Amino acid sequence: MVANVTNLGRSGLFDWVVQRFSAIILATYSLFMLAIFVMNPDMDFEKWSSIFDNNAMRLFSLITLLALCAHAWIGMWTISTDYMTSLQLGKNATFFRIMFQAGCVLLIAVYLLWGIQIFWGN
Amino acid sequence: MLVSIYRYNPDTDEKPVMQDVEVELPEDKDLMVLDVLALVKQQDSSVVYRRSCREGVCGSDGMNINGTNGLACITPMSTAVKPGGKLVLRPLPGLPVIRDLVVDMSIFYKQYEKIKPYLINDTSPPAIERLQSPEDRAKLDGLYECILCACCSTNCPSFWWNPDKFIGPAGLLQAYRFLADTRDTADNERLSELDDPFSVFRCRGIMNCVAVCPKGLNPTRAIGHIRSMLIEHGT
Repeated sequence: MVANVTNLGRSGLFDWVVQRFSAIILATYSLFMLAIFVMNPDMDFEKWSSIFDNNAMRLFSLITLLALCAHAWIGMWTISTDYMTSLQLGKNATFFRIMFQAGCVLLIAVYLLWGIQIFWGN
Repeated sequence: MLVSIYRYNPDTDEKPVMQDVEVELPEDKDLMVLDVLALVKQQDSSVVYRRSCREGVCGSDGMNINGTNGLACITPMSTAVKPGGKLVLRPLPGLPVIRDLVVDMSIFYKQYEKIKPYLINDTSPPAIERLQSPEDRAKLDGLYECILCACCSTNCPSFWWNPDKFIGPAGLLQAYRFLADTRDTADNERLSELDDPFSVFRCRGIMNCVAVCPKGLNPTRAIGHIRSMLIEHGT
């Protein structure tokens, strides 16, 4: 058992399952949005705004946003632990990796909070 | 035939160099790469490589032959080199070089050791032996044949990047060999040891291991079975 504290769920299986479930949610939302654009060739602000006035749509968007955040964190964490190790970066690898991971967490948190504000704010 | 060999002695050389050696090959025979290495060694006895059984059983002469990992003893020159081309021999990638084509396989064996490559059975032993049905025995086919040559693990980018954390295809093939064995009773303990983000889940399923296994085994499939067992075990 390899010890970790920075991956999403402490367990490799958990991360693996979350990554796949979130991918399905993201793909479904993408297809849904594509369908909306195809069915509404004359999309304007009024229509766009009314689509997101619907609570179900807001909920679907929020779930997708959470899926995006989880997916992004698992992916970026994996990339950082693949490419930012002492083999590639020498003895300062841990510092650079943690800084990179902290940057990713900050960015993801901003996207999440900003997204919630957009979907559910006034 | 021109043979280009990776030469490096960490004690005396600053960096590795490729040395070209011209070798006369018999026209009527399709020699194995290991035979060509023996011809090279006749010319330059300082070339160092591992070899033992010379028939693909011991796994000691795993090396990178014209860009592909394989066993020198069972790789014919006709498949290794295109007509008119040259033979390029390098050590297995990703492991520290001890000298020339000889690599330090300590970390590879350490990963193998981690999966407890022996039968664990906490029930009292029967008088003669633990019997297994032919069907249960057949589940071990394609798993037990691994000779630990390291061709697969050293062809795996995830193993290059995290050789201390990712068990690698060879170790995981053996992990599944014991998980699949009906005489082994330690499935839960074995699976608990594998459920971290590195040991199994660094496998991206790119099948580099399958492409080079000299015994024609399929570690990616075994890793898929381990994942399925982990899902059953953990959900």
